[in-house]
Amino acid sequence: MLTLDRIEKIYRTDKVETVALHNINLQIGNGEFISIMGPSGSGKSTLLNIIGLLDVPTNGKMRLEDSGISSYGDRQLARLRNEKFGFVFQTFHLISDLSVVDNVEIPLLYRKMGGSERRKLALQALDRVGLTSRVHHYPSQLSGGQQQRVAIARAIVGKPKFLLADEPTGNLDSQMGEEIMEILMGLNTEEKTTIVMVTHDARLAEKTHRTVRLFDGRQVN
Amino acid sequence: MIKNYIKIAFKVFMRRKFFTAISLFAISFTLVVLMATVSILDQLFAPMAPETRQERTLGVYNAVMRGKDFIQAGDVGYGFLSKYVKTLPDAELVSIYSRVTTATSFKDGFEIKSDMKLTDGEFWKILDFKFLEGGPITDADETNANFVAVINQATKQKFFGDASALGKSIEANGQRFRIVGVVSNVPVYRDVPYADIWVPISTTLDVGYRERLMSGFRAMILARDRADFDRIRSEFNARLKKVALPSSNYDTFLSVAESEFDRSARDLLGATYSTDPNRGDITIPSDSAEVIGLLILAAFLFMLLPTINLVNINVSRIIERASEIGVRKSFGASSRTLIGQFLVENILLTLIGGIVGFILSVIILNALTSSGLIPYADFHVNVRIFLYGLAVTLIFGTISGVYPAWRMSRMQPVNALKGIVR
Repeated sequence: MLTLDRIEKIYRTDKVETVALHNINLQIGNGEFISIMGPSGSGKSTLLNIIGLLDVPTNGKMRLEDSGISSYGDRQLARLRNEKFGFVFQTFHLISDLSVVDNVEIPLLYRKMGGSERRKLALQALDRVGLTSRVHHYPSQLSGGQQQRVAIARAIVGKPKFLLADEPTGNLDSQMGEEIMEILMGLNTEEKTTIVMVTHDARLAEKTHRTVRLFDGRQVN
Repeated sequence: MIKNYIKIAFKVFMRRKFFTAISLFAISFTLVVLMATVSILDQLFAPMAPETRQERTLGVYNAVMRGKDFIQAGDVGYGFLSKYVKTLPDAELVSIYSRVTTATSFKDGFEIKSDMKLTDGEFWKILDFKFLEGGPITDADETNANFVAVINQATKQKFFGDASALGKSIEANGQRFRIVGVVSNVPVYRDVPYADIWVPISTTLDVGYRERLMSGFRAMILARDRADFDRIRSEFNARLKKVALPSSNYDTFLSVAESEFDRSARDLLGATYSTDPNRGDITIPSDSAEVIGLLILAAFLFMLLPTINLVNINVSRIIERASEIGVRKSFGASSRTLIGQFLVENILLTLIGGIVGFILSVIILNALTSSGLIPYADFHVNVRIFLYGLAVTLIFGTISGVYPAWRMSRMQPVNALKGIVR
């Protein structure tokens, strides 16, 4: 269970103060598949980044299971991100200098794990997304859909409790988008992975358990 | 993890060939200059044969004799050294020797010029020459004014080719010397032992040398221990006040017992003996600490420019790799881990630059040695210089990587993913 309590995110410059999120209260239960929807600039990605500990809220508290994590330092947050969260980004964010399997191994590098064990788990994750034939390719040699599958394999290789996806189908055509959505739904039903997905696509949102809607940084019903 | 770091480091180096080339050039060029300089300084000052006892040796090289209207400065003379230095009670051995002078010889009608040095028997006990044939000039040779000579290998080759030189004679400045020893060549920059031909002092054609306080000679004082230096200097300074001056034109005699490095430091700084007649102090301070400080400062400034250059290159590499940093942070890399990664990359780059620099240094020093520009020079990169170079490389790599790595560590993962670098 992940709890967000009165979360606010304010961006300040010398002259301007922009409220990106205002008084967000959210509980994400284990095994849920939640979509976050809203128009551009409504704070969807900001909320997802805060949930995934990639960004820090200006105000408010967060709890993971029974632990308050708002006061965690860099190393504790890094460990939580490594063990509990997996991320899928709209633009994939694969490291172009590394092969597919090396990209997938990245989360395991930050655990005390031997090379052969890392390789075994990475190959299993690639098998899960149907990409075992491309393990030694480089990202530039793959299609957009294949790159997103690698990104999903990277996100799930460490068996995280939460998978956070920021418009995972946003850069893909509808057929590839469907395939990616199938993989995510499979992970949710079969692996019981809790998924939070930002999307613009109402058809995809309908397939999730519930939808959180944002407008101008506020939660709306 | 290190393997992954190294793998990605090489990929980054290859992807950014131009920046990599600039970085490697800056690192290797800096190291070539530093290693060549250190190698030359090492050859000039480090204890090595024949000066293996340099740590326990003080030298007396110059003196100033002054009065109200007169002043004389230059080499010390045999008269001063034999009366006031040779008898220093705390020294283990004291040798008197001359600076080199040109000796002219003829062979098959051709003139051969050699550098000749006058020595006593102690000279050969303090210095550790490598004898290829025969033995040294002895105390008896000096006492009896035996016309004997030790020559170096190059001189032997010039006069006798590959045949043994022992027992043969060599003519120099119209005098004939019997060769009693042949030693390995000593480089010209090792000022104390260097010569082509060494002969006893007592064979000199200069009749008045025994009485002179100044001109043409030097002394080596071998202490039993470095701890005795202070006592030796103190006695030496006390004796300066008692020097019997040659005329009423002079009232003060100044000199100093110092290490070779101190003397070079003094020469380098231009801080020779005081010529100010109002100066009552006859203790001449050592300037070596100042020179060491200046050398370190010069090395630091020399390293600063390529370091700043490398820091800049690294910062731009970070900006380019912000997305990768964001990904790594998102998947669990802590700031410390990323600093480690970046430092490994940077140290790897500088080590490659170091290897290139090392190879270039060896080539340049070998070329300098074999060029013959400096007689009997033997510049080379030994283990000590290699270790200096390695240490400098690692310090260079670490320093130039720390600031960019620190900046990187401050990036929020979300900003890094968006490529926002502040």
